[in-house]
Amino acid sequence: MKRTVQESGVSHQRRAVIERDAVQALIDALGAEGYAVIGPRRRDGAIVYDPLTDAADLPWGWIDEQEGGRYRLHRDDRGAAFGHVVGPQSWKKYLYPPRQTLWTGRREGGGFTVETPQGPPPRYAFLGVRGCELAAIAVQDRVFGVVRHDGRSVGQQQYTDSGYAARRAAAFIVAVNCGRAAGTCFCDSIGTGPQAGPGYDLCLTELIGDGRHEFLVEAGSDRGAVLLDRLPARHAEGADLEAAAAVTEAARAGMGRRMEPDVAGLLARNLEHPRWDEVAGRCLSCANCTMVCPTCFCTTVEDTTDLTGDHVERWRRWDSCFTVDFSYIHGGSIRQGGASRYRQWMTHKLSSWYEQFGTSGCTGCGRCITWCPVGIDITEEARAIRASEGGASDGAD
Amino acid sequence: MARRKPKLAVWKFSSCDGCQLSLLDCEDELLAVAESVEIAYFLEATRVEIAGPYDLSLVEGSIGTPHDAQRIKEIRRKSKRLVTIGACATAGGIQALRNFRDVDGFIRAVYARPDYIDTLATSTAIQDHVTVDFELRGCPIDKGQLLEVLNAFLNGRRPVVPPHSQCLDCKLHGNVCIMVADGTPCLGPVTQAGCGALCPAHARGCYGCFGPKETPNTAALAKQLAALGCDARTIAESFRSFNANAKAFREEGDRWEAPAKQGLKP
Repeated sequence: MKRTVQESGVSHQRRAVIERDAVQALIDALGAEGYAVIGPRRRDGAIVYDPLTDAADLPWGWIDEQEGGRYRLHRDDRGAAFGHVVGPQSWKKYLYPPRQTLWTGRREGGGFTVETPQGPPPRYAFLGVRGCELAAIAVQDRVFGVVRHDGRSVGQQQYTDSGYAARRAAAFIVAVNCGRAAGTCFCDSIGTGPQAGPGYDLCLTELIGDGRHEFLVEAGSDRGAVLLDRLPARHAEGADLEAAAAVTEAARAGMGRRMEPDVAGLLARNLEHPRWDEVAGRCLSCANCTMVCPTCFCTTVEDTTDLTGDHVERWRRWDSCFTVDFSYIHGGSIRQGGASRYRQWMTHKLSSWYEQFGTSGCTGCGRCITWCPVGIDITEEARAIRASEGGASDGAD
Repeated sequence: MARRKPKLAVWKFSSCDGCQLSLLDCEDELLAVAESVEIAYFLEATRVEIAGPYDLSLVEGSIGTPHDAQRIKEIRRKSKRLVTIGACATAGGIQALRNFRDVDGFIRAVYARPDYIDTLATSTAIQDHVTVDFELRGCPIDKGQLLEVLNAFLNGRRPVVPPHSQCLDCKLHGNVCIMVADGTPCLGPVTQAGCGALCPAHARGCYGCFGPKETPNTAALAKQLAALGCDARTIAESFRSFNANAKAFREEGDRWEAPAKQGLKP
């Protein structure tokens, strides 16, 4: 049931400040609303998104150092819960799971019956969604037909992925404004961060210093405002807002990388370019970049049977444009080598995605750079192609 | 009228038997397997031998002797479908390390009567000798994949055994990449998935048990292993294991072996 400010008759504060210890109250309040809280936790040398029930589960005092093909966690004496940036996983793990059952079938007599998975979607509360990630969810909202867009699929039938749509509608989003940037971050040049929004229910900014450790909490929806009302909080003063602005400004100033401006046009006019062969020499076509990308959505369909053939299942699982099977059609695979696969991925992500979905497919999170085992850098590839155009100015298209 | 059960045969060549034992490891599914096929030849399970032809032959092991090379041709003749299982059968196995050395020297060093030994100089995959319908990789094979191959055969469909990288499976499993997050050398980016991403889930680099993935870029990975601090010998040896004679691994091993002997980087 949706509650609004007007219906409840309470004047909800849209903004407040909570103490460090009130993060537990936030987690408890979400749990009381029936949400499974998912948030950042330290595991196997990285910050991953796992279920959490206790504020102590958060990676207090851990920050990440990221470069091409390199990720390390370090202790940081500021003790921030969200001092890290983004790790190897994204929220698509929950909104669009790696494996999904599409349907199951059972042979009965001379025919068969087909069943699709039933039941209510899981209700997740995502704690710690960054600006780039919020933007990535917005991109997938377009891809999966939750939000209409002006890409070329408009005018044709717009299909909605019902599973994604249900999980998305049920999800509560607690965003976090980044206070620092990793070496591989470039959200500022894409325009998706470091300040998060819009699209969150609540947004946290972690305020540390001068003997305090607090969070500015801003509500971005009515249900967010209702939840904020339940937390032990004080009014947000002007000084708090200034401190919060300084937090995101610090992240902006520390941004490790930037994407070339007008990269869509740049790539569109360089589909034939020696750089594709050059990068293919380094590319492992291992698919890591697409697996960690928060917007990559490609899947394949796999059928399983039991030994008798009486029971069959159809599964959808994450796939990648970097596999040879992905472009297989009758007679063989279209994209045999690394050059055509890398080109497909990069030009789709940064260029033809606009035509298809009316937006870029890249939100500047930098995961594809960090988690590429050989550190291939999408911003560097774009820069190299730009440089080859000599004096071509930005936006020459 | 009940369908005639397909006749299954399991053959052994130069191998450790571990892969065919994977079939017996299918404990929960073993009865269903036995009900679905007629086990016509499987010496690890039964002494009963039913004559061919066979609907499906599973072949374990590599070709290491002149006798092997003859016998596999006979088995191919009496098998409608022939599926090789395991790194020995699909790549020559760990015993293919002899392909890179002087076999006569080994024989003289090891055996009191070298003249008793009748061996080929190389250990090679079954597909180097006869036509193979499907290759199931692994050292050992994964029993889930073996069941999938049997399922696919019995139901007349293609097995779902994708040739993509180990990395893709690591990500599906939610494993944190140990090469990126810890600097641990790992063959995952050039190795075919199939084991369920076992080693990286336990903070060990992939050993390449399932052999080269489709279109592997071993040179790029080797360069990265060097950047992580591996010397030429370590890199050469990482490609010289259970799938040493698989083409991509053999060639990358060759590239690093000569410099390794001189203590150099290529």
